[in-house]
Amino acid sequence: MISQDQLVVLSLRAREIRLTLLRMMGAGKAHHFGGSLSCVEILTALYFYKMHYEAGEPGHDDRDRLILSKGHAVPTQYACLAALGVLKPEEVPSLKTLGSRLQGHPDVRKTPGLEAPTGSLGQGLSFANGLALAARLDGAAHRIYVLLGDGELDEGQVWEAAMTSAHYRLDNLTAIVDRNGLQAQGATEAMKRLDPIVGKWAAFGWNVLQCNGHDLSALCAALDEATAVRGRPSVLIARTVKGKGVSFLEGRYQYHNAALSADEVARALGELGQQSMEHTD
Amino acid sequence: MSVTAKEATRDAYGRALARLGGVEPRIVVLDADLFRSTRTSLFAERFPDRFFEMGIAEQDMVSTAAGLAMAGKIAFANSFAVFITGRAFDQVRQQVALPALNVRLCGSSAGLTLGADGATHQSVVDVALMRSLPNMTVIVPCDGSETERVVEASLKHQGPIYLRLSRYETPAWTSGIRDFAIGKAICLREGRDITIAACGVIMGEALAAADLLAEKGISAEVLDVHTIKPLDTDTILASAAKTGRVLTIEEHSIIGGLGSAVCEAIAERADRHVPVRRLGIRDTFGESGTADELLEVHGLTAPHIAREAESLLRAGSVPDA
Repeated sequence: MISQDQLVVLSLRAREIRLTLLRMMGAGKAHHFGGSLSCVEILTALYFYKMHYEAGEPGHDDRDRLILSKGHAVPTQYACLAALGVLKPEEVPSLKTLGSRLQGHPDVRKTPGLEAPTGSLGQGLSFANGLALAARLDGAAHRIYVLLGDGELDEGQVWEAAMTSAHYRLDNLTAIVDRNGLQAQGATEAMKRLDPIVGKWAAFGWNVLQCNGHDLSALCAALDEATAVRGRPSVLIARTVKGKGVSFLEGRYQYHNAALSADEVARALGELGQQSMEHTD
Repeated sequence: MSVTAKEATRDAYGRALARLGGVEPRIVVLDADLFRSTRTSLFAERFPDRFFEMGIAEQDMVSTAAGLAMAGKIAFANSFAVFITGRAFDQVRQQVALPALNVRLCGSSAGLTLGADGATHQSVVDVALMRSLPNMTVIVPCDGSETERVVEASLKHQGPIYLRLSRYETPAWTSGIRDFAIGKAICLREGRDITIAACGVIMGEALAAADLLAEKGISAEVLDVHTIKPLDTDTILASAAKTGRVLTIEEHSIIGGLGSAVCEAIAERADRHVPVRRLGIRDTFGESGTADELLEVHGLTAPHIAREAESLLRAGSVPDA
């Protein structure tokens, strides 16, 4: 159970991650704003509550591993790693520029703290299964977390991997689906119907949990519940809003990968600052 | 094993894997519903905890193998060559080659010598696909003896390997060879007049062609270029400098395989004009037939190779620098 004090700290952390994200992505260049903002609370709950992760020690064997199968949201992971001291705050603005450690999609050979090469969608759960099988072989206690996009569930390999996790009873693995309802060109249900998403995962042999993916208290409770289940993998369907936290980005697929103007960035930072103020009041 | 006893490289592979599993605990093996054919069944029987059946899901298998390798394992992923390189190409590209992980992609029943199953199952571009990927090492052993050495050497190798295996039975041409190293071509027969650079299980045809040429007083050097990437350019150029001409032999498309690699090396690095001819599959798909029938149809038997060599020799004296 998460205490009220922990919750306040986590909420502030989520605001900080959002501010870092906006400053990192900035104006004038296309970035994956929508899907990065929708998973801020999910990654905050993982890195700063659920996961065993020693700050500044990304190579420690005992660490829990987080894989972003939706690799385009890696700026959110960078923001978390910067908050943890794994990345340097001063390198955050170098995102996606030549020579930067902060590549456009996760490159495990360039960036400390990343656990899997992803970007081309649909591959992260299989890779996570490999890490989970290795942990079991080694008798290691660490856990594997993998974040999937909902649009990404169009990829057939996700379902091959879902069969594998269930077949091998990988209860050291938790998947989280960032269910923001939008993919690059439109609504998931309009592009190719995804629902019943819960029924699909259940039919594949998974323990399925659902929660509001922006409610940190609910996220932490659901993650605790998922990791307590033995004998089968758990998936948390986290219902989110694409572009969450910035009014003019929320719920708009047009900002899946787009550029903001300097004015829009200023407005976004203003809104987030206002929210911080409200929270601390 | 004597030179005359025949064996398929897939059998030697399965045996080596099961043997080495006992000495290298980091080995894990994955298969996609073909373990009896790929011969990983031997490993599965001895080390069931380290064998993972992935079902008919090559993409999932390759990504899972990458995850295991990321966690420090040496992951041998197995399927037919056509599937593991084609079906799972993007997984190999993003999750194996890009992070340079210790995955061994073992493509079994490769090439035309797969035989009767036909074009859908005959991999004729697998080497080209794998060779194009940064960080990837590509090895095409010619017999069982060499295959065992490749598997042994692969345990000390850093980075991904594509290993092309066959169901075609061949004598152990390399059983008498003492030194084996990934990336170092082997001279199986010395000669003066022409270099025959070959790889894979049709090595016997290249050696038999050299015999036919010898009967006509032509001295052919036969190189076993088991590693297509990185190519042993030094050995190939030294042989070409001696003989003046090169004929490449492969059970693969002439586009992107050994022939292409040799042409690229000679075009860029030879210090004089060296004519090259490529024998292989000439930009077509395969078809059903026995292995030997298909090799005959595609001009990959000893008499065809010898005729091509003679034609290359007749093509005129090589203009010297």
